[in-house]
Amino acid sequence: MSEYSQYLFLVPLFPLIGFVINGLLLGRLPRWLISFVGCVSVGLSFMLSIMLFFDLKGLPPEARLITQTLFTWIPSGSLHVNISYLLDPLSAVMILVVSGVSFLIHVYSVGYMHHDPGYGRYFAFLNLFVFAMLTLVLADNFLFMFVGWEGVGLCSYLLIGFWFEKKSASDAGKKAFIVNRIGDFGFLIGMFIVFWQIGSLDFHVVMDNASTVFVTGGTLITAVCILLFVGAIGKSAQIPLYVWLPDAMEGPTPVSALIHAATMVTAGVYMIVRTNFLYVMAPNALLLVAIVGAATAIYSATIGLAQNDIKRVLAYSTVSQLGYMFLACGVTAFTAGIFHLMTHAFFKALLFLGAGSVIHAMSNEQDMRKMGGLKKYLPVTYVTFIVATLAISGIPGFSGFFSKDEILWKSFSSQYGHPLLWVIGFVTAGLTAFYMFRVVYLTFHGQERMDDHTKAHLHEAPKSMTVPQVTLAALAVIGGWVGMPHVLGFTNYFERWMEPVVSHGVHTGESHAMAAAGGYAGAELGLMIASVVLVLAAIILSRRFYNTRPELATSLRERLSGLHRLLVNKYYVDEIYGATIVRPVIYFSLFLWKIMDVVVIDGLINGFASAYNDFSQFLRGIQTGRVRSYATLFVIGVVVVVAYFILE
Amino acid sequence: MVPISAYLILAAVLFVIGTVGVLICRNIIVMLMSVELMLNAANLALITFSRALNIMDGHVFVFLVLTVAAAEAAVGLAIVIMIFRNRETVNIDRFNLMKW
Amino acid sequence: MNLDTIIFFISAIVAVFGATMMITQRNPVASVLYLIVSLVAQAVLYVQLNSVFMAAVLLIVYAGAILVLFLFVIMLLNLRGREDLTDHSLSMSRFTKYLVSTLLFIEMLFVVRSGFFADAGVTGVIATQPTGFGSVEEIATLLFTRYLYPFELTSVLIVAAIVGAVVIAKRDRGYGKPVATSKQEEPSRRQSTK
Repeated sequence: MSEYSQYLFLVPLFPLIGFVINGLLLGRLPRWLISFVGCVSVGLSFMLSIMLFFDLKGLPPEARLITQTLFTWIPSGSLHVNISYLLDPLSAVMILVVSGVSFLIHVYSVGYMHHDPGYGRYFAFLNLFVFAMLTLVLADNFLFMFVGWEGVGLCSYLLIGFWFEKKSASDAGKKAFIVNRIGDFGFLIGMFIVFWQIGSLDFHVVMDNASTVFVTGGTLITAVCILLFVGAIGKSAQIPLYVWLPDAMEGPTPVSALIHAATMVTAGVYMIVRTNFLYVMAPNALLLVAIVGAATAIYSATIGLAQNDIKRVLAYSTVSQLGYMFLACGVTAFTAGIFHLMTHAFFKALLFLGAGSVIHAMSNEQDMRKMGGLKKYLPVTYVTFIVATLAISGIPGFSGFFSKDEILWKSFSSQYGHPLLWVIGFVTAGLTAFYMFRVVYLTFHGQERMDDHTKAHLHEAPKSMTVPQVTLAALAVIGGWVGMPHVLGFTNYFERWMEPVVSHGVHTGESHAMAAAGGYAGAELGLMIASVVLVLAAIILSRRFYNTRPELATSLRERLSGLHRLLVNKYYVDEIYGATIVRPVIYFSLFLWKIMDVVVIDGLINGFASAYNDFSQFLRGIQTGRVRSYATLFVIGVVVVVAYFILE
Repeated sequence: MVPISAYLILAAVLFVIGTVGVLICRNIIVMLMSVELMLNAANLALITFSRALNIMDGHVFVFLVLTVAAAEAAVGLAIVIMIFRNRETVNIDRFNLMKW
Repeated sequence: MNLDTIIFFISAIVAVFGATMMITQRNPVASVLYLIVSLVAQAVLYVQLNSVFMAAVLLIVYAGAILVLFLFVIMLLNLRGREDLTDHSLSMSRFTKYLVSTLLFIEMLFVVRSGFFADAGVTGVIATQPTGFGSVEEIATLLFTRYLYPFELTSVLIVAAIVGAVVIAKRDRGYGKPVATSKQEEPSRRQSTK
């Protein structure tokens, strides 16, 4: 047994304690203490995660499993749910990524949110979020994971709507929560079916019994997988439930970095990988996952091309990259999906933090058309931003290259893959490079388009903000080196690490082995080179359009103005949803309120009351005090009694 | 040769007329008189039964009924006088302290 | 159609007529007089039923004492019958009253016709009278033997009634309004002088 295994529960507990302290003593604590509590709690989690990782590494690969049950939560008949944690290679990766990136972002927030009056509230919510996310990835049963799932949704709402006095912010928070909820409904139904069929919600019990209880490829297992995927669609912003993520940019930029780039939105991917033993039994579900992932990737990349708000571009980019992750899962390249999750966490968080620095320096201006030439004012931000952009574009050597290439290769070669999927991924990679470099050129290069007042205030960010950026930049470079492909002669440590978790009748291992033996090797190298060439071409094109000859961009925009408008307005999806779904629901609610509630139910109740009232008014007439009425009643009584006796 | 039922029917008619009088007259005096009429109708019935069964008990009943009627009339009229002192009217509908 | 029947019918009609007129008069004095008419007719019926003594008692006590008491009270209260106090409105309550009364009558017909009294031979025609029926001796015998207690109790009842009547109608000097007579005599005197 490993030394630190009994401290497993502390990993989510530290941020929870941070939340309690900051949350209860909000205004009373001095700034430095709030930041201290907030950052240190996550920092402690991170250190503990590292120690647990090494513990796990010390165990032999088949036995890399640490569990810790705290207590029984629901002992209700056949439903038995514990509060218990599970540490295996997958969750070890997740807690490292989550706590590490969170820690860096907490430090960054100290500088970014320095002037904000809701400082304590911010850190409290942020800690609560980390707690929920860690719970989600460490849970050992569906229900406890769902607790974390809902928890991150809640914190997302709280943090998106952090500046709740602004209507757009509170609307965005509501939108996020509601759209998430729609996904959660599917998740719940999936969970119900699992429990109904297997009788337990523990991952290991389900894993052991799934193949006997469910028919491979049958309707039930496909239904379960699709329903769980619906939850992932909501949480991880895929088509059609992605609409909340761009709006979520109303929140503070570190929030976007943490929640909507590195952690919460990856919960869906984690969930699918965690339940891969179910998905490999349902090929149709896998196909759906891959198609949705690929479609989302290319779709949101096209939208990102035309956005002018720097954070919006990054948001759509996140949606697109998440699409890649789901594409990977759909072709059973689960390891590749998690790998991309990790590298994406690094470079996307860095991109957001860089954007945050820019916004901070530009006195809260977010429109790229008003930026330009910032590289000489914000050198550190510029360099780290470039590093991240290179990573996301998939330039060899950077982390993004290795993970994205793995996905593209698997989507081509896996027995669940298809060349068409590869083509979509390939094109999206080109688009990604193009629009990311567009951001770079518009923001940091070229003419300075901001007004003089803003220009006077331009300054590089404080140390608390730049140090995390630099750290993430380093990770964005070296983070990919643990997963370098065989075909280039390296050992893929990451894949070996993840193997115990994903080896359930998955055949990717085999095709990789075949690749190592030759035959496929040429194809993989060829595809790799093709995507690098495409990316370089995209970068050069982007440079031409936005840096050296910007008038080309303007004229293209004018010529394709219809298409441009479509992209800028995000294909009018929000408006379509509003008209087809939101409006009918609102009318239905109004109907229920005005008619069902007021007329029918209130009418019924009030009707009862007034009927009663009327009846008693009528009965009151008996006691008029008028003698003759009494006499009449007398006689009526006599008549009745005599009639009774006569009829007897 | 008058059948007994004829007398009984007559008693019934007188009784009902008395009831109607109680119900529709507003004058207390007339109401009391209607009550007396009803008692009388009962008397008639009693006498009839007494004759039909050839026993004298019916007569004794009538005797007693008559006595009671007298007592009741006396007390009732005393009450009427007292109320009249307060209300200046014998309209029974006015003898009402209730709000409606 | 013999004499019995004729006498019965005439008396019956007069009785009913008197009763009906009683309740429809404005003037209470007229009501009293009509009631007396009805009572006289009923006395005739009593005689027809061989209850001579009771007929006499009826006239003496009832018509002669009780109804005279009514007259005294009417005159004491000086009721002229100026307002029509009979309810002639066509309201729902009035209809109910008539309806109820009719029902009562129908029920009584039922009872009479039902043969409930058949075994007592009551629905039949009156048989020949036994001797001494309806005489004072018979009544007295019963009254002082079998019905002694009720008889004594009636004397108590009468005493109670007397005392009660006196107490209730007593005029309290100094409390409340004075007796209505002194007040009402004024306008009547004035009217008579007119």
